[in-house]
Amino acid sequence: MATVSVCQYHRGGFSFENCKRNALLEADINKLGFSSPAARKTGTTICGVVYKDGVVLGADTRATEGMVVADKNCSKIHYISPNVYCCGAGTAADTEMTTQIISSNLELHSLSTGRLPRVATANRMLKQMLFRYQGYIGAALVLGGVDCTGPHLYSIYPHGSTDKLPYVTMGSGSLAAMAVFEDRYRPNMEEEEAKRLVRDAIAAGIFNDLGSGSNIDLCVITKGKVDYLRPHDVANKKGVREDKIYGRPVTGNYRYKHGTTGVLAKTVTPLNLEVVEENVQTMDTS
Amino acid sequence: MKEYHYTGPVEHKFSPYAFNGGTVLAVAGEDFALVASDTRLSEGYSIHSRDSPKCYKLTDTTVIGCSGFHGDCLTLTKIIEARLKMYKHSNNKNMTSGAIAAMLSTILYGRRFFPYYVYNIIGGLDEEGRGAVYSFDPVGSYQRDTYKAGGSASAMLQPLLDNQIGFKNMENVEQVPLSLEKAVQLVKDVFISAAERDVYTGDALKICIITKEGVREEIVPLRKD
Repeated sequence: MATVSVCQYHRGGFSFENCKRNALLEADINKLGFSSPAARKTGTTICGVVYKDGVVLGADTRATEGMVVADKNCSKIHYISPNVYCCGAGTAADTEMTTQIISSNLELHSLSTGRLPRVATANRMLKQMLFRYQGYIGAALVLGGVDCTGPHLYSIYPHGSTDKLPYVTMGSGSLAAMAVFEDRYRPNMEEEEAKRLVRDAIAAGIFNDLGSGSNIDLCVITKGKVDYLRPHDVANKKGVREDKIYGRPVTGNYRYKHGTTGVLAKTVTPLNLEVVEENVQTMDTS
Repeated sequence: MKEYHYTGPVEHKFSPYAFNGGTVLAVAGEDFALVASDTRLSEGYSIHSRDSPKCYKLTDTTVIGCSGFHGDCLTLTKIIEARLKMYKHSNNKNMTSGAIAAMLSTILYGRRFFPYYVYNIIGGLDEEGRGAVYSFDPVGSYQRDTYKAGGSASAMLQPLLDNQIGFKNMENVEQVPLSLEKAVQLVKDVFISAAERDVYTGDALKICIITKEGVREEIVPLRKD
């Protein structure tokens, strides 16, 4: 039975259909003096660890556009299949779309085989797609899950290489997170210890890397159960504005009264519409 | 598509500047001035220090905030302090805020063709005891303001100050002159918001409050991520 995959026509080899068009558009835009919009990257610290009963995946929740925070609470742990999840670093759109495409294809594949999908299958599909695009899809992923052969963890790079390891980190905060792992990782940890280790690794990235920040999300995958803890730890809260000093109310309340924004001009255009036909369709509420 | 050639050894230019982040802000009131800055020193994606304030006290009535390239900030403040001493010794009085501002402009323009990569804002009391803020660009252009934000999050702070202190884009609003408590609270609120969205701003906020009694400092923690 041939596997069906959606959204992709595998003609084999490299698919660079839109590159010429993109180059022309870029040239046109530059001629007018503008620059093409930059893709939003996630900055990011993501990591994963294999422990006694499964895998724990962790991620921060900050998305940056240059050095400005675009999203303070974005979700970087993506669903691939009921037993496989994937953290994504790099270009936000790339990680989102790539994981969605593979998740969709994996579901079709799983229906076709009649079995729960394996982590190695997701790994293969991801790496083959990323290699096909020669690194132009900027997605660096940490893929983890539990299948019939046990718990597995992979790191996948934008050019399509993968590593199968007991603990991995990716993103701009990967060095900070890996420092924590190299210090405290041991094989066959208990669940609580593994969760604490991943939480501390992501926290190291959040506080020491400017591209990562906000909260810590965790995903604990075991045989038959997934705990998607979002947020697992609210590591940073917005500063509280005191609205009283020595009992007297001060600023801190930035609400505006009605009429604060001046209306310069007002034009009312009545739309003279004629009722041509009136049709009532009852809703089927049975 | 561009073709890939190997063109031989490539020379990479050495850049004498680095960007160390940080935001400064100054507000002038009827009889006070505030100079505030965050205390984070960063480079690239790393943090060098969480406790490196960018406000430097010059005299009992003047504080300067410098952000940009930290190396140039340090050298510039050393030069200003030396010039202040020289003035004191030859004129037997302290420099006024306006005089310091004028002098800084000439110091900065003296390096027109290899500028100090510093965004300066001076806050202090003028000769009549009223609050004064002078804002500069890296090559010495300056003007007296009522309020000004500079540094990495300046584009985020300045519009809010324009609205809350300058009462811009608002109608039917009672234009009350800014009191010291309100100004301090506004500065705290504004930095809390800047720390949310600017990665270079955070860790702690230091506010220098200049009144006729002298310079008082207040430190408030900010987000550390």
